[in-house]
Parts: sequence; C-alpha cells; structure tokens
Amino acid sequence: MKRLLFASPVLISLIFGGFFLWGLDPERDPSAIPSVLISRPAPEFTLPEVAGTGVPGFARADLVGNSEPVVVNIFASWCVPCRAEHAVLTRLVEEDGVRLFGINYQDEPEDALRWLTELGNPYERIGSDLEGRVAIEWGLTGVPETFIVGGDGTVLYKYVGPVVGETAVREFTTALAQARAGGSS
Amino acid sequence: MIARLVLILMLAFAPVTTAFAVEPDEMLSDPVLEARARDVSRQLRCVVCQNQDIDSSNAGIARDMRLLVRERIVEGDTNAEVLDFMVARYGNFVLLRPPFNPQTYVLWFAPLALALVAGGFGIAVMVRVRRQSAHPDDLSEAEDAAFQALSDADAKDETQP
Repeated sequence: MKRLLFASPVLISLIFGGFFLWGLDPERDPSAIPSVLISRPAPEFTLPEVAGTGVPGFARADLVGNSEPVVVNIFASWCVPCRAEHAVLTRLVEEDGVRLFGINYQDEPEDALRWLTELGNPYERIGSDLEGRVAIEWGLTGVPETFIVGGDGTVLYKYVGPVVGETAVREFTTALAQARAGGSS
Repeated sequence: MIARLVLILMLAFAPVTTAFAVEPDEMLSDPVLEARARDVSRQLRCVVCQNQDIDSSNAGIARDMRLLVRERIVEGDTNAEVLDFMVARYGNFVLLRPPFNPQTYVLWFAPLALALVAGGFGIAVMVRVRRQSAHPDDLSEAEDAAFQALSDADAKDETQP
C-alpha cells in the first residue's frame, strides 16, 4: 500500500504522458470520421449516366461479382482538389490497370462533361448524383472521397480528401495492393 | 421624430433570433412534422463543420441531410428511426449526444472511475496520516508493564503528599 502511494505520482505522470503522446501525435487527425461502411456491403443505389460521356452509369449490382477490387471515386467539376486528384487517378488507371468508377456529386452534367473533356476521362463508369442522395448512402463528408470496393461488393477502404501527395498516394496504393491480394486468395 | 424613436425602440427590443440555416423552401407545411424535423436536426452533427448541428449549419451536405430528415419524417419514420437511419450511414459520430451502449461505456464511466480512484487515494492518505499522528495503542507486553508501573508510581506520588 505504502509503495503504491509512493509510486502514484510516477504512475499518474506515466498515464498523462501516454495520453499526451497519443493526443499530440501529428499523424493523428482528430477530425477524421471513422467510416461505418468498412467491411460492410456497399450501399444500395442506382445512378444514371452523365449524358455525353459515353460511359454508362452504375448501380450496386455493378460492384458485386467483379474479379478484382473497384475504386469508387466521388468527384465534382466544382471541386478544386478533384482536379489535382484527377491526374493521380488517371495514372493509377493507365499504369496499374485499376478499375475506376466515378460518382459525379451534385454536378450539372454539362459541367461534368466539360471538365472530363478538358482533363480526360479515366472512369470506366460514371454515375450522376445530382441530388447528392447516393453520396449520403456512402457516408460522404466532403468531396473528393475514394473507396476501394472488393470484388464481392464489400467496402474495404475509404480515403477522405484528395489522394494527392506522396503520403496519401502511398497510403492509398498500399490499401489497394492489400485489397487485390485479399481478393485473389 | 417620434416615428424614428419608435422605430429605434422597436428594433432595440425586437426578439433576437439566431440566424437560421433552414431555408423556407426546405420547411414542411405541417408545423408538427416541421417541429419534429427541427428537433431531430438539432441532434445530428454536421459532418463538415463537425461541432455544429445540421439545423444551424449552412454546409451543402447539412442541407441535404436536413432534406433527408424531413423526407424520412414525411414517410412516417419516428424520430428515433430517423436518427438510426443516419447512424447506419455515418456511425455514432453523427449524433451530438453520444448514445449509452457498450461501445461508449468507457466514455460515460471513465470520469466516475477516475473520481473513485482519486478519492480512494485521498482517503488512503488521510487514514495513514491520522493513524500516525494518533497515540500508538498497540504496545508490547513489556512496554505495557513499564507504563503501568510508571503510572502506578505516579498515582502513589499524587495520593501521598
């Protein structure tokens, strides 16, 4: 008992020190919202195509029964970081053969079309979510957001914000590699 | 002049209302349902601004969520069902008031547990201090005999002047 009493200041400072170490960790983002979708089936939805893009819209059914994971990217022509992210996504499609689907969030089809014509269209399918309702089904907190959906339609990973910059790209490609490895085994 | 004074007084005493983010085109025509929608909206966190409820947030997604809340209410959902609907998509995070369930026991009980531990330490220290300052009452037999002898001798001295 006496020992415990003498040790208590040390114990308390250890506990607080540990708490501060955790709290001040620059890697920790206190505003990050954990997604409830991870390890759960992708939500139910059906989205029409964006007229003029030449690629079809898609529904939940298109995310099920694939031989490899599909990347679902929520984007908009009015979203500035999406512009930067577009180059990264295009590279992933062209160099790594990633299957990329897009959800065009609260965007006028003409604006989306102009944006895609200017920058190029890396998307295999694009669904138009004009009302933003489907994005809520996906638990969207802001554009862009990028999901990795397994071949069986299970949501495996979510990246909030643009996949731009070395750290973000590394994090995303690591998750993608894991998803691909998990899907083939 | 008087008209101006009246105007100033009226403005000064005008009921102060917070700036509403809810726009007229969002509101339901049924005041009862609208009141319920407002109540539910005040319990939901805006996922963009995070420390604001969706009822007072001007963010685009907050507006979409408000419309969705109203849609669910019109379709006959209870308030709890609307909240569950949102939790299914955004997790417990979307609730401004954390629910009481096994996931949040730590949150609810940690302050109580910490207070108990701190109180326990405090009581232990006080008991120890008090015991040390009090007369030691557990004398050995030899000490007891010596004390008895002394006090007897003392008593004799007092009775025999």
